[in-house]
Amino acid sequence: MSSASSSASLVPGRRLAIPALPLRSVGLALLLALAFVGIPLVATDYWYNAILIPFLIMALAGLGLNLTMGYAGQASLGTGAFMAVGAYATYNLLLRLPSLPLPASLALGGLIAGLAGLVVGLPSLRIKGFYLIAPTLAGQFLIEWTFNQVGWFSNYASSSSISAPRLAILGRDLSSPAGRYALTLSSVAVVTAIAWRLVRSQTGRNWRAVRDGETAAAVIGVPVARAKLSAFFAGAAVCGVAGALWAFAYLGTVDARSFDLDRSFQAMFIIIIGGLGSLAGSFIGSAFIVLTPILLTHLSEAVLGAGLDGGQVSNIQRVIFGALIIGFLIKEPNGLVALIGRLWRHLVR
Amino acid sequence: MSFFLETLAGGLLAGVMYALVAIGFVLIYKASGVFNYAQGAMVLCAALTFVTLTERDLPFWLAGLVTLAIMVTLAVAVERVVLRPLVNRSQVTLFMATLGLSYVIEGIAQLLMGASVHELDLGIPDLPVALGPIQLSRFDLVAAASAGALVIALSLFFERTRIGVALRAVADDPQAALSIGIRLPILWAAVWAVAGFVALVAGLLWGARQGVQFSLTFVVLKALPVLIIGGFTSIAGAIIGGLIVGAADAIAEIYLGPLLGGSVSTWFAYLLAVAFLLVRPAGLFGERAIKRV
Amino acid sequence: MSRLVRALRATALAASLCAAPAAMAEPAKQYFPLATFRVGAYASSGIPSWAGVIDYFRYINEIEGGINGVKLIWDECETEWAVEKGVECYERMKGGKDGSPVPIFLPHGDPVSKALTEKSVADKIPLVTTGYGRTEAIDGRVFPYSFTVLFSFWSEASSAVNYIAEQVGGKDKLKGLKIATVYHDSPYGKETQTPLALLAKTYGFEDIQIPVPHPGNDQSAQWARIRQIKPDWVFLRGWGVMTPVAIKTAAKTGFPVDHIIGGIWSGSEEDVRPAGSVGKGYLAITPFPASQDFEILKKIKAAIVDKGKSDLKDLKSFGSVYYNSGLIEAIISVEAIRTAQARFGNRPITGAEGQWGLEHLVLDEDRLRAIGAEGLVQPLRLSIKDHEGGGAGKVLQWDGAKWTIVSNGWVKSDRELLLPLIYERAAAYAKEKGITPRSVDSAEAAAQ
Repeated sequence: MSSASSSASLVPGRRLAIPALPLRSVGLALLLALAFVGIPLVATDYWYNAILIPFLIMALAGLGLNLTMGYAGQASLGTGAFMAVGAYATYNLLLRLPSLPLPASLALGGLIAGLAGLVVGLPSLRIKGFYLIAPTLAGQFLIEWTFNQVGWFSNYASSSSISAPRLAILGRDLSSPAGRYALTLSSVAVVTAIAWRLVRSQTGRNWRAVRDGETAAAVIGVPVARAKLSAFFAGAAVCGVAGALWAFAYLGTVDARSFDLDRSFQAMFIIIIGGLGSLAGSFIGSAFIVLTPILLTHLSEAVLGAGLDGGQVSNIQRVIFGALIIGFLIKEPNGLVALIGRLWRHLVR
Repeated sequence: MSFFLETLAGGLLAGVMYALVAIGFVLIYKASGVFNYAQGAMVLCAALTFVTLTERDLPFWLAGLVTLAIMVTLAVAVERVVLRPLVNRSQVTLFMATLGLSYVIEGIAQLLMGASVHELDLGIPDLPVALGPIQLSRFDLVAAASAGALVIALSLFFERTRIGVALRAVADDPQAALSIGIRLPILWAAVWAVAGFVALVAGLLWGARQGVQFSLTFVVLKALPVLIIGGFTSIAGAIIGGLIVGAADAIAEIYLGPLLGGSVSTWFAYLLAVAFLLVRPAGLFGERAIKRV
Repeated sequence: MSRLVRALRATALAASLCAAPAAMAEPAKQYFPLATFRVGAYASSGIPSWAGVIDYFRYINEIEGGINGVKLIWDECETEWAVEKGVECYERMKGGKDGSPVPIFLPHGDPVSKALTEKSVADKIPLVTTGYGRTEAIDGRVFPYSFTVLFSFWSEASSAVNYIAEQVGGKDKLKGLKIATVYHDSPYGKETQTPLALLAKTYGFEDIQIPVPHPGNDQSAQWARIRQIKPDWVFLRGWGVMTPVAIKTAAKTGFPVDHIIGGIWSGSEEDVRPAGSVGKGYLAITPFPASQDFEILKKIKAAIVDKGKSDLKDLKSFGSVYYNSGLIEAIISVEAIRTAQARFGNRPITGAEGQWGLEHLVLDEDRLRAIGAEGLVQPLRLSIKDHEGGGAGKVLQWDGAKWTIVSNGWVKSDRELLLPLIYERAAAYAKEKGITPRSVDSAEAAAQ
């Protein structure tokens, strides 16, 4: 598993006249301006509710998994469970501590999810490689079961589902689609910035050392156990924030089924297709996983339209989606982020 | 006491059914080094094909042969088109590819054969049989016997035939195996073909138990802890793992379930698997990897 | 460049050609979006249900010339029964089409109906959930746009108990009976725990709850427990593969199958057929009685199915539980639109007007006879305080090949006993969410 970002920086003879960093910052600033100012000028309810919000949240979930798996090399199928912990923790904080402002509840919910991640990650100190999916799967099923069984977490709702309390920051109501988008985007931007700092810190370097060779890392004095557990903690915390947003900013009412194993698989698809060990890869992967099915629907309506019945069209879409995933895995070992990087260099050249 | 025995026996018989699915995973893991998530889709595909053929009034044996031919072709094609190009990639990537593959197989199967629920009657009456103080299902006993026969046949196949010996060589060290002239493509094709056959047997028995429908693919989730406990590479391990998981699930559901609110079997097997892994990180019968710098 | 200009011109011309006739004479049509699921784990139930909806719409258009002359048009959107896809479909279609608003949305799934609860209030689009959905939504003062029409899960439990009472010779004979509920361990499966506890206290039977984890493809442990407890009746609330496995496991542990009463989602042909011959005698309580003999089915058979216009690929599902469930949903939707038209005029109806139509929907015996749905749809009378309107089911028995109706008409639930608790729960929800319940009078005034 080589990191996409490091391989990109190793490309010899980068022929850009302008230094890379300012160009990147300018691009990032433009992107943020577009997301915060440009999109709200043109987006409709459909774009917010069906495309932008789920895309951003799944990108965040992918980013969380990427910290654990892409940077620190610890495979996890517990993303859905960590999202559930974040969602249920945030719900209970908002419910039981109404004086706490929304951002604080979100952050605390994330930290609680991080603690759950820490516990689930404990077996990683002994279990390695692909077998590590066993404890994370155990965590996934155990946590899903807990929220389904223990009524306290859902305030004894008859269907053990939780629903968004009033979303507001400083008295401003955020329950409109634009408001929920603003909340999602701000949270994603802040968490991504923190993650960016983190992967460039000593912690991040330790993670990569553990990923690239655990025994070697131990030999050169990297605290392996601490690196693994901190990766689980950080990854799960990010997933927790994503889960709370999924519950409150996207769906409104959820129960534990919204965070089942399929969600974990989805997050794993996102980072493997987008690019392991790349923050941008999480966003690109999320765009692929969330948008492709929607795009396929619109396309097949236009192309196949009248000829076939709905069931066949949907089956064909499923086949195409699966084939696309396989195709990308075969053609692009380092994920779409590497592909886009190559395209970019090709264009600039 | 007889209630406990009955629960245990029921659990063990259910465990055999899990093991039957798990064997398919073990075969493919030995050959291609991947946890083949699409095995569930293959089980569905086999059962659906068989039922569709028998509903067109094909006799059982002919439907079985045609289905077997289709499954073997499918398995070999999958190995060729999907896994061959992914050789030497990380296990997680391979796993994800088989997840994508399961979408493709499920989509095609439902596109061609529809999504209806079918009954599959193998002609084995599913009625209680009294065995001393405990009561067992005749169908489950037949299923257990078939699984046992399958395991013995496969073990003989891999012990006695050239393919089996070659396979063990490949699983131990692919490079060395290549250098002594083992033809990998033929070997891969053979193992995948056998996995297709195992999917057919599992599909028929599971399909007869619960009807042939989409949820056949869910048996994968039960096969996973079986594999982890038994080790990814051992057929005997799959059987032992299946028995452990089946018995533990049933006993936990009966004695732990009422205390905790039920449905403990959704996670109990996984927790058990983790406990096993903490003691033996490569499963009961798995081969231990050596740390290298 | 000239090629581009030419292409643009051609496109503009084509667009104007397409748009012009639509704008001219065509009378307005009523748009009705359908969030179908024909793929994935639940396709086997989705395909016949949506065929029932579509066949009825076709019947209304072709035989009756639309609803008071307003023809129906519809789009499908595939959800695979997944929440986020359902939300995407809802968002895509909620704006209406060709100038027609959306009068009613059928979420067809418990999780997605919850996810849409609040969105539908903001968008003023009523959700009609027949035989599923939040039980508390019966209180329309708190849930203005959620309609748990026909038969809520609480009514399902109560009707099942009342049917058992009929079999044992009266409600006073329930005392001392053991009734075990084997349920799918999910929010849906647990919905009946509260009402059953209340009913057990009221009538003095013993209420035993046995969960089955999803997906339920092995139940040896659960049925071993049942063999140990020896209940008099089993109430089976399954979903998907859980039902056939339960029936088979019951048979092999020796529990009499004709003392198992399946719930709404354990009572279709797709649920029993895979169990094979041992399913004979199995009972199910349902608001969707299966039969081809209802008047409206005969009409649809003649006008749609026999002419090859049915949406069903596999005609053996005609008249099945799922097909009829789609038919019933469509009948309720069409009648609600008709009711709204009587108030607002014979034109496409908006969601807000659809809500008014639903809350003033009266389907009495006369009206049902006129539609040809007597016996198929139970008499309904909806109001702001009652979004369920019916609350009764029929009991079906599997004879090995098809269902026969064995109950004497509709088995009613103890709604007067359950409603206070439902209103209490709705009020608690309103308090938690900061909703001010609509008062019945002000809602009436607003509609005037």
